[in-house]
Amino acid sequence: MMRLETILNLLIPAILLATALIASAMDAPYIITLATRAAILALAAVGLNFALGLGGLVSLGHAAFFGIGGYAMGILAFHAQTYAPLWGVIEGTRSMPVIWIVAVIASAFAALVIGALSLRTSGVYFIMITLAFGQMLFYFAISWPAYGGEDGLSIYIRNDFPGVNTLVPINFFLICFALLAAVMVLFDRLTKSPFGLALQAGRQNPARAEAVGLTPYRLRLVAFVISGAITGLAGALFADLNRFISPGMLSWQMSGELIVLIVLGGLARLSGPVAGAMLFVMLEYVLEGLSTYWHIYLGAILLGVVLFARGGLIGLVAGREVAHE
Amino acid sequence: MSAALLIEQLLNGLQFGVMLFVIAAGLTLIFGVMGLINLAHGSLYMIGAFAAAGAAAYTGSFWLALAAALMAAAIVGAIVEMVVIRRLYDRDHLDQVLATFALILIFSEGTRFVFGSLPLYLDTPSVLSGPTTLPGGIEYSKYRLFIIAVGLAVGAGLYGLIARTRLGIQIRAGEADREMIAALGVDIRKLYTLVFALGAALAGLAGAMIGAIQAVEVGMGEPVLILAFVVIVIGGIGSIKGAFVGALLVGLTDTLGRVLLPQVFGLVMDASSATTVGASLASMSIYILMAGILLFKPSGLFGGTP
Amino acid sequence: MSEVLLETRAICKRFGALQASKDVGLTLRAGEIHALIGPNGAGKSTLIAQISGALAPDSGSVIFEGRDVTRLPTPARARMGLARTFQISALAMEFTVLQNVVLGALGARGRVYRFFGNVMRDKVLLERAEVALEQVGLSEFRNFFTGELSHGQRRQLEVAVALTLQPKVFVMDEPMAGLGAEGSHRLTGFLDGLRQRAPILLVEHDMDAVFALADRISVLVYGEVVATGTADEIRANPLVREAYLGEGGAA
Repeated sequence: MMRLETILNLLIPAILLATALIASAMDAPYIITLATRAAILALAAVGLNFALGLGGLVSLGHAAFFGIGGYAMGILAFHAQTYAPLWGVIEGTRSMPVIWIVAVIASAFAALVIGALSLRTSGVYFIMITLAFGQMLFYFAISWPAYGGEDGLSIYIRNDFPGVNTLVPINFFLICFALLAAVMVLFDRLTKSPFGLALQAGRQNPARAEAVGLTPYRLRLVAFVISGAITGLAGALFADLNRFISPGMLSWQMSGELIVLIVLGGLARLSGPVAGAMLFVMLEYVLEGLSTYWHIYLGAILLGVVLFARGGLIGLVAGREVAHE
Repeated sequence: MSAALLIEQLLNGLQFGVMLFVIAAGLTLIFGVMGLINLAHGSLYMIGAFAAAGAAAYTGSFWLALAAALMAAAIVGAIVEMVVIRRLYDRDHLDQVLATFALILIFSEGTRFVFGSLPLYLDTPSVLSGPTTLPGGIEYSKYRLFIIAVGLAVGAGLYGLIARTRLGIQIRAGEADREMIAALGVDIRKLYTLVFALGAALAGLAGAMIGAIQAVEVGMGEPVLILAFVVIVIGGIGSIKGAFVGALLVGLTDTLGRVLLPQVFGLVMDASSATTVGASLASMSIYILMAGILLFKPSGLFGGTP
Repeated sequence: MSEVLLETRAICKRFGALQASKDVGLTLRAGEIHALIGPNGAGKSTLIAQISGALAPDSGSVIFEGRDVTRLPTPARARMGLARTFQISALAMEFTVLQNVVLGALGARGRVYRFFGNVMRDKVLLERAEVALEQVGLSEFRNFFTGELSHGQRRQLEVAVALTLQPKVFVMDEPMAGLGAEGSHRLTGFLDGLRQRAPILLVEHDMDAVFALADRISVLVYGEVVATGTADEIRANPLVREAYLGEGGAA
């Protein structure tokens, strides 16, 4: 007899997959695009969940990594399509796997630097500092004219994946979904691992963690780097989906949105970010049709969730989290 | 670069700094007394600016506009505190971030709904427009001097309030031990609403004052909010003195950075690269300053334990 | 005289105008229970914090197994075998009882940075955890959430986690706090047997337990050790009686 939460963890991604497949069969590419958007945002949010849900780190600057991943893709693709190597040496590339590796390494490195500094603080300081660093990179992207500056940069191609025609919407969706599934498995494994236990102990009671010989700072830094790397991967996919990169990917609004995705679905739950992303994309789609001021409704819903339905969608359905068996 | 230009930039930095101080002071007070991180502070700044622009358009008087800004921000602040904020004091910081983020969405779109998407403009009052001559023959905007004066006055006023009045004692006691002052019979609810409204009024004042030299538009509050956070991190949470020092540091670093860095790079690069690199670095300069200070003092210059 | 495992030398700590620790020198020898008593505000918890690494002394040193650990942070001292229990239970409240003890076993084993493998199915860690739970009598509560436990049970869990560290010394800060008569009695019996495994530096207010258990007692008043000796010596010491046990004037 499977627990309700386990059922949800399988069901929610399955619904996303089914939506895309049905849309493909019914030749509704716009719906596939929405589903892809949801999958990518979910991936970014699962990434954040490593730091926020497991580590308890309220990172209000995670858009920095999302943007770094996106810009990694944009820069490499730009140099590929203009046939002009970066700094005269590094050739661009249109290969997704290569781009992903670069995106992951770049955002992991940024997370290492930002994390090493920010994690020396805690509580409100940490929140404000991560926000500040995100903003710093945002302004940097705006003031760097080579890649579009404030207006952003259009990438006219979709990158390549060996053996797949990536321009077919359902194919690109399946690539994104596969990555999402893989990262969800990683999240699940990590939660149950020794590292996961130690990290969560550090979140709940740092003094206790220290008293048994653990070092919260190091645990958090590792979680933060993993988190940044995965969100960076999502950023690269996002850039590919929209064929456009802009400083907006690094904005505080984006950072806030990532946290909202997780909380809407259910904090620290495995498929919370997926549920939240799907809910968010649906809300975007539905509410935008109703009014150009739809952010008010989003704000009201968010406020309601925070004040009254704190466990998010999964919390409402599955109740409180059960500890590991 | 001439001495006159340098002094002008120093004054600009000072002006930027004191306005940041006015905003950050409210934010740090709210955190110090209530333990609440408030992302919607930038919205109150914006509301002050819009109230001023609206009142000025209606009455033609800048001074009435300032009064309107103070009142509007304080009233909105008080209402928001009573309806939403007071449910957050016992919650963890994540909840406070989310709820106040939701408030930003509501306020921003609400303002856009009422005033539209185009920026509004607020004119400086005629008595303050134009330059004045400072000792040494330097010309500087009268209005900006006014801003500096107001900022310093606010600083002095806050100091007096905290150090010399009954409310100030309650604030200081509340910062030290929240539970204790409740036990001692201080009406916490009223105190908190008052402090929040005070912080809001300060933000609204800054919004109105800056509204006369920059456009008044939705979204003007958040970049300033984030700068205020940098100020507080540098100065130390809960410390008004820290907010003052931090704000001046940030204001001067940013303003002087924008002017000096391209020139410095111009010594080793061609002009256009120098401008680009200089401008990019200048936009990051305050964050680099913040990072530098954090390396040595993780709780800020005047902060307690983080 | 048995070997000294833990020692403080001339520990001084000042908080502004308050001198919380003044030239404090203590030793903990193998096989003994050394109790630390003193009135409220005497600086006992401050001293414990400096011994465990949570607080750095202004001057003086902490020597553990012959090594100067004054500069070492808490986790390092824990890994060396210094197990501490907290005056106010410091447990991961969202974890189950078993998870908290497995955490202790994990900290002791090391190899924490493993991202795969279900830690709660690790046979070695589980065994150590179960043994500890058995010893404090919490085995049947292993799947309860820590937040659901009674106060007394949490104190027991604190001790269990300390046990999983298989430490060289125990530093216990008021383990009996809040326990009723029966709970205190049981814990007293338990600690009595524990001293053979590792000596205990025991901060306590419960005088019955202290006089029943302690091989040696040190009395801390206003940050200073005013007396160290056996239970009888301390009971008879006029300084102690005056300052602490509440007897005024001449005996």
